[in-house]
Amino acid sequence: MEMETIPVEAGLLLAGILFMLGLLSVLIRRNIIFMLISVEIMLNAAGLAFIVAGAKWAQADGQVMFVFILTMAAAEVSVGLALILQIYHQLKTLDSDAANKMKG
Amino acid sequence: MLTTFYIASAIAVIATVMVITRHNLIHALLYLVVSFLAIAVVFYLLGAPFIAALEVIIYAGAIVVLIIFVIMMLNLKAEAVEQERQWMQGGILIGPSVLSIVLLVELFYIISNVGMTGHEYQVVDAKAVGMSLYGPYVIGVELSGILLMSGIVGAYHLGRQKKKIVHRFLEEVEE
Repeated sequence: MEMETIPVEAGLLLAGILFMLGLLSVLIRRNIIFMLISVEIMLNAAGLAFIVAGAKWAQADGQVMFVFILTMAAAEVSVGLALILQIYHQLKTLDSDAANKMKG
Repeated sequence: MLTTFYIASAIAVIATVMVITRHNLIHALLYLVVSFLAIAVVFYLLGAPFIAALEVIIYAGAIVVLIIFVIMMLNLKAEAVEQERQWMQGGILIGPSVLSIVLLVELFYIISNVGMTGHEYQVVDAKAVGMSLYGPYVIGVELSGILLMSGIVGAYHLGRQKKKIVHRFLEEVEE
């Protein structure tokens, strides 16, 4: 069976588009949970770029890097959600602009 | 195979657009699950079945469920959706959209000028990933362990509630 192969550019472009959408969402949102979700989208897009590059050279290194990104995303989301809970308990809002003052 | 890739990519992009334009958090998370599943299909097509499984289990499973638990703990009401709609209206989308689209066009220009040729993708299975992970990258695995440990400690420390002392007549919060 003749199979057409996926162009590497298309994979990288998909990663670029997803990263751009995540960045856009971080910029336009004021809700902290939405900003955290957007960071997840961006991390996932970066991992996709690693997988595409690893598939291009048929090496396992891209997938290894994705596992590390996954670990980092899991640690980041747990600490981020704990921070969101604290902010919500102290400020009673999810508005990121409410937490723009430092208390020394 | 190529058609499947383009369909999965289109679903991923559309679902992500839906995520970043929703006003309701739970709706956004459901679209996020769809986006992650579509990206898992892309991983499978690129010859990374192990990573496709990890994407479904950890991203679409664990991380999204964690966020849903926190939303349930916050107990947001209908006013939150209304406030989100209020924050999102107006020309707030224009400036960031223009800037990020310019960056995307630059990226597209760079990628399309490199001139990489399409070729057959070989399946890199879980065994090869494991051999690499516990061979040359073993220091990274140990550092990941330290990172996860500090993540657990940090999440416990930050998520701890202030201890409440309940007196018969007056309630006070211990600092």
